[in-house]
Amino acid sequence: MTDIAHAVRAGPDSCPAWAIPFAFVMMPALSATMRSGRGMAQRWGEPVAEEQEGVIIDDGLLRALRPGLIRFARLQLRDDALAEDVVQDALMSAMAGAKGFAGRAALNTWVLAILRNKIADAIRLRSRSINVSALAPEEESLDQAFEALFKPNAHWSPQSRPRDWGDPEDALQRDQFWIVFEACLEHLPENTARVFMMREFLEFDTAEICKELAISSGNCHVILHRARNALRGCLEENWFDQGAPAC
Amino acid sequence: MLSCKEVTRLLSESQDRELTLFEGLQLRMHLAMCKGCTNFDRQMKFLRRTSRLYAARTAKSAEAPKADGGN
Repeated sequence: MTDIAHAVRAGPDSCPAWAIPFAFVMMPALSATMRSGRGMAQRWGEPVAEEQEGVIIDDGLLRALRPGLIRFARLQLRDDALAEDVVQDALMSAMAGAKGFAGRAALNTWVLAILRNKIADAIRLRSRSINVSALAPEEESLDQAFEALFKPNAHWSPQSRPRDWGDPEDALQRDQFWIVFEACLEHLPENTARVFMMREFLEFDTAEICKELAISSGNCHVILHRARNALRGCLEENWFDQGAPAC
Repeated sequence: MLSCKEVTRLLSESQDRELTLFEGLQLRMHLAMCKGCTNFDRQMKFLRRTSRLYAARTAKSAEAPKADGGN
């Protein structure tokens, strides 16, 4: 609780100071590469524009997306350098492939789709070197916390029975809620987070997750259950039991 | 009769696989009587929705009218 509270007070994970100049320097250079028609993005088979006229996508728009995309990639990969690389790849593909969009929303959705593919590729590449089945101490302590919610007969103990969250839709409108949610995601143990985010952010089905990470479907369900319980508890403790802040 | 602990497991799994007819029936019977698990059920659905929205928001976060002073 205190960790999360700290994270919340510290405010949203903002873009590191060096990232902005980096983006300023890199983006024009990259788009020049794209215009020359030898973009790296062609390697991944993303659609590549024949000509660049009428393209509404520009460096500024993509640069503006970058901090959010980096956070999204970092949460899932837990590796800052890899997250930077993956976002960079996605933005290059986006620049190479964009023919023009009917609006920002369409552009954003498209860039996010590219990024999801890149993250999935990065996870696939690394999946051989990670052992998701191994239970870290953090995971064991989550399981103990879960068990502690119940009486010996496996029904809720009165003080830990899940509470009525009222109208949680209200929370979705508040920036502060999303900061708490992000902090809760960051607090998930790495492997638990990986499976949960493959399921909910990359929208893999459990069969795909089992295959990519070489775990049984039973184990996959156990991990997802653990992740959801942890997030449920974290949100209850740090948001719903706090009363919605006035801001 | 399912325990609450088993119900949390089934509610989580219902987001990832189709429950059997029997599991669904047991679940509904339990939920009809148990306020805690009913809340848990709503919270699991909220979590799914929130996660999907979170993903969509990441590509939009730069548009939020937050002055970052970085430009």
